[in-house]
Amino acid sequence: MIGRIVTALRSKLSTDVKTRHDHKSRCVLPVLPAITLLAMLGPVIAGLYGTILPAFGHLPAAGLTGPTLSPFYDLFDWAGLPRAVMLSVGVGVGATALALTIVALLTAGWSGTPAFRFLERLLSPLLSVPHAAAAFGLAFLITPSGWLSRAVSPAITGWDRPPDLLIVQDTWGLTMMAGLVIKEVPFLLLITLAALGQADTGRSAAVAKALGYGRLTGWLKTVFPRVYAQIRLPVYVVLAYSMSVVDVAVILGPNTPPSLSVYIVRLMSDPDLAMRLQGAAAALLQLALVIGALMAWRIGEAIVTVLGHRWIMSGTRGKIDPIVGGLALTAGIVCAFLVLAGIVVLGVWSFAGYWSFPDFLPDQLSGRNWMRFGPGTVEALGETALIAAVVTLAALALTVGCLEAEYRYGLRLSSRGIWLLYLPLLVPQTAFLPGLQTLMLNIGADVGRLPVMLAHLVFVLPYVFLSLADPFRAWDVRMGVIANALGARPDRVLWKVRLPMLLRPVLTAAAVGFSVSVGQYLATLLIGGGRVATLTTEAVALASGGDRRAIGVYGLMQTGAALILFALALIVPAIVWRNRKGLRYG
Amino acid sequence: MDRGLTLRDVTILKNGAPLLSLSRHIGPGEVLSVMGPSGVGKSTLLAFITGTLAQDFSATGTIILDGMDVTDAPAYQRRVGILFQDDLLFPHLSVGANLAFGLRAGGSKVDRQTRIDEALAEVGLDGFADRDPATLSGGQKARVALMRMLLSDPCGLLLDEPFSRLDTALRAQVRELVFARAKARALPVLMVTHDAEDAAAAGGDIVTLSPLH
Repeated sequence: MIGRIVTALRSKLSTDVKTRHDHKSRCVLPVLPAITLLAMLGPVIAGLYGTILPAFGHLPAAGLTGPTLSPFYDLFDWAGLPRAVMLSVGVGVGATALALTIVALLTAGWSGTPAFRFLERLLSPLLSVPHAAAAFGLAFLITPSGWLSRAVSPAITGWDRPPDLLIVQDTWGLTMMAGLVIKEVPFLLLITLAALGQADTGRSAAVAKALGYGRLTGWLKTVFPRVYAQIRLPVYVVLAYSMSVVDVAVILGPNTPPSLSVYIVRLMSDPDLAMRLQGAAAALLQLALVIGALMAWRIGEAIVTVLGHRWIMSGTRGKIDPIVGGLALTAGIVCAFLVLAGIVVLGVWSFAGYWSFPDFLPDQLSGRNWMRFGPGTVEALGETALIAAVVTLAALALTVGCLEAEYRYGLRLSSRGIWLLYLPLLVPQTAFLPGLQTLMLNIGADVGRLPVMLAHLVFVLPYVFLSLADPFRAWDVRMGVIANALGARPDRVLWKVRLPMLLRPVLTAAAVGFSVSVGQYLATLLIGGGRVATLTTEAVALASGGDRRAIGVYGLMQTGAALILFALALIVPAIVWRNRKGLRYG
Repeated sequence: MDRGLTLRDVTILKNGAPLLSLSRHIGPGEVLSVMGPSGVGKSTLLAFITGTLAQDFSATGTIILDGMDVTDAPAYQRRVGILFQDDLLFPHLSVGANLAFGLRAGGSKVDRQTRIDEALAEVGLDGFADRDPATLSGGQKARVALMRMLLSDPCGLLLDEPFSRLDTALRAQVRELVFARAKARALPVLMVTHDAEDAAAAGGDIVTLSPLH
């Protein structure tokens, strides 16, 4: 498939270059889109290939040759499989549907109001909080001995010791689902806001209001169909991600049996190479589950469309709008609160000395935990920052190269091509990363930092591209015409005019990429062969031990690492362009 | 050498369908005003001359500037200056740096600074070099944009509805300034506009384009 795309790009390119008579020495730029596609899709395709072979019993590194179906028989013999599959599907579909519902109703009932703007400002920075840190924070809040329980004990509950309840790691995966929802709500909300900006939604809502519709019902009936068409792919990403997530499942999900993804990782980490065969079979099953769920979701879309159409034709104006809107706002606030309070409680634990139940705060706060775990985190921080910085720079260079090639040569992805950008985010990580690891094992490639960087790039590139593409394209091309007419070569226009003007979006895209890399768990664990220790892998590894003080330190460091670049993306342009009014809000 | 701007049998096509045709010579210091309804391709004609034609468009014919065929030259080598209705000053550069961007490379630092200061003085903006362009008034921005373009030493000048954003009082003033500077440098000027007053004030020939199909 890649070959065909590259050929198509190349043939389009040669005709364009001929007609446009652009500078001949620029031979790197036109091939950047092809390189970018390769960097993004190459590992995914190679990984899937590397999954299929061992799934059918072919693993030369372990002296095994196929084809045979025994890995699948072994997998289906596992007593925990039905439960693991149900968890994967139930949690994934449930979390996605819940997050989407909250976001849709929240936007429907409140967009344009001060309450909405407040929530929007609250949720935006939460987007970059790594999943693992948010999951730990949630766990520390809602366990029987957690902060929420302490807040009402013993005054209201009468508990002077934690009640014996299984909340975190509950058998049904409800806490895991909650952990995903509180992280996906900010994501879907920001995506929805971006889509709102592109559709002419304000006037439709006003017309509906004038016809006597409630705010929420009017919005759902007139605006939502258009907005959903635009956020469909990100919703699919959330679905695929929620079904196959590993770190959140390790922290919040059940253990016996775990979700399918966690089981895959266990099999892949087994010293017995033969277990990889079963792991590969399970990875293929995971892929099939995600594909099936996506298809089911599409059918669900069709059903909702029919029902929605009937609802529109009924002409109901929305009597219970205020109640539904109130519920949605509450849900949004609860999500924001759980992430924020989770970070705070991580912070409290990181400084906690002796802290007995049901005290709301520790007996004493000290820096002792930081003295103890600090040196370890610094090492992990260095590894995390090095990987994230290199990957982000590479992603930024490729993205700017692609967008500039698009501008100079018209090498634009079609609306179908947009799927390619989302593909690495739609194929479940647990389906192709194990295969990539096995493939590297087979060809004798060393695991370590560089392969980890390449694996991170697969996930960082789409986010950097999606983040930078709109502002880059929105740049007034007449600026370029003027600069060309003043005698500036295309490269000079890019470096001296376009990029400086786009400093803020470029830094924001870098911050997005950096935080995505910081949060990567599975890619670091599997491709690093357990030898690359980042803040995320170290923090998740602490989950089973349950040392809350260590988790507090690591979780806080992880959050800080993900957030720092967002702070810089705000501060740096404000300082650099402090005397440039025209760029202050740009 | 044949000075001025010559468009020989120029036809602009949109997705292969002809949009407009024009064949004219504009001598040094002369102005040609091109009028016509919106959508007829006036701005596209200018894009063809600057070498920045958009994807959907193509063109045939020849552009000759001061005796040189520039039809196939890259945009940055054509030496065609252009002004739009917006000033399009680079917002990240000071007024002086905007002018320095336009000024042809070469010369000592002091020399370049002197030329920038002179250019500012020429349009009554002495001492504005360190200012943020966003803090200038509309008329001041238009004058800086004009001088930035002239400092790049163009051989021809294109105007794309250049005065339509200015209010009436300012409009006449800026218009006069632009035509006077162009005349003083003996530049051929091609202006597209749909304002009859602008076309009349230009004092040159007026071509009215109508759709070819």
